[in-house]
Amino acid sequence: MPATRGIARDAVGIAIASGAYAISFGAIATAAGLSLLQTGALSLLMFTGASQFALVGVVGAGGSIWAGAVAAALLGSRNTLYGVRLSTMLEVRGWRRAVGSHFVIDETTAMAIARDDPQLSRYAFWVTGVALFVLWNTGTLIGALATQAISDPKVFGLDAAPPAAYLALLAPRLRAREPLAIALAAAVIAILALPFVPAGVPLLIVAALVAVFGAFRK
Amino acid sequence: MTWAGVLVASAACYVLKLAGLSLPQHWLQDGRVQRTVPLIPIALLAALVGTQTFATGQHLVLDVRAAALAVAVAAVILRAPFLVVVAVAAATAALLRLL
Repeated sequence: MPATRGIARDAVGIAIASGAYAISFGAIATAAGLSLLQTGALSLLMFTGASQFALVGVVGAGGSIWAGAVAAALLGSRNTLYGVRLSTMLEVRGWRRAVGSHFVIDETTAMAIARDDPQLSRYAFWVTGVALFVLWNTGTLIGALATQAISDPKVFGLDAAPPAAYLALLAPRLRAREPLAIALAAAVIAILALPFVPAGVPLLIVAALVAVFGAFRK
Repeated sequence: MTWAGVLVASAACYVLKLAGLSLPQHWLQDGRVQRTVPLIPIALLAALVGTQTFATGQHLVLDVRAAALAVAVAAVILRAPFLVVVAVAAATAALLRLL
């Protein structure tokens, strides 16, 4: 069926792009002081990019692992909503649901909801999930191993890499005025709070404020 | 300690994914939940950009990372791919430190 071939091609394209960005994750995690096994475990077990970048970013900036863990979980909350949109499409039970859940992320959701036929949606979800999982973990290992070979990550500007990575993850979400205003306000509030609270806590303050804002907005 | 954090955070992220596929639909289809949850990554990612560019530990600083961020913003506006955005930012910081 030509439709499935087109989907498979798109899935591989997305997986290759993600693999490239997993290289930067592996590098940033290693520069933050995580071991090769810990870095690999994050990509294998967490498997949701923004959360992984947030955890290693907080640790790299001197924050506690628990502040990083909370930031990672907060960023992972959007996957719950993706799951809600996907559940009627996928109709998975038992072990398929246990495995499928692991693949509920930005890219697989985007690929699945772009199809009109539920059968093609399911195909797009699984093929994107598997391809991405393989290349995401491969890219992570390459980035981590390459960075282990470097004595001082600062010489290569690796300390400037995490903000650029967050920005690249953020940019597609800023296509309207309100999200842009929220992003600017969040950045300013976090910077102002930073000297007065332990590392990582500015993130939690900002998350609490945006939750209150969302709850009271019409 | 790091391992505990890595494993707990990974488990939390998995449970959040599983919840979306498992919980009764109407629990999560509340308009307020649907509007608020997508705002969280926007606020958190922006806060991460700000704090990791303009601070070292608990001190606010202005260094080559700010220039690197400016270059990254330009790359994003030009719709450069993810790895290019990260690479040009790192290269900018590395080059400015050589000067």
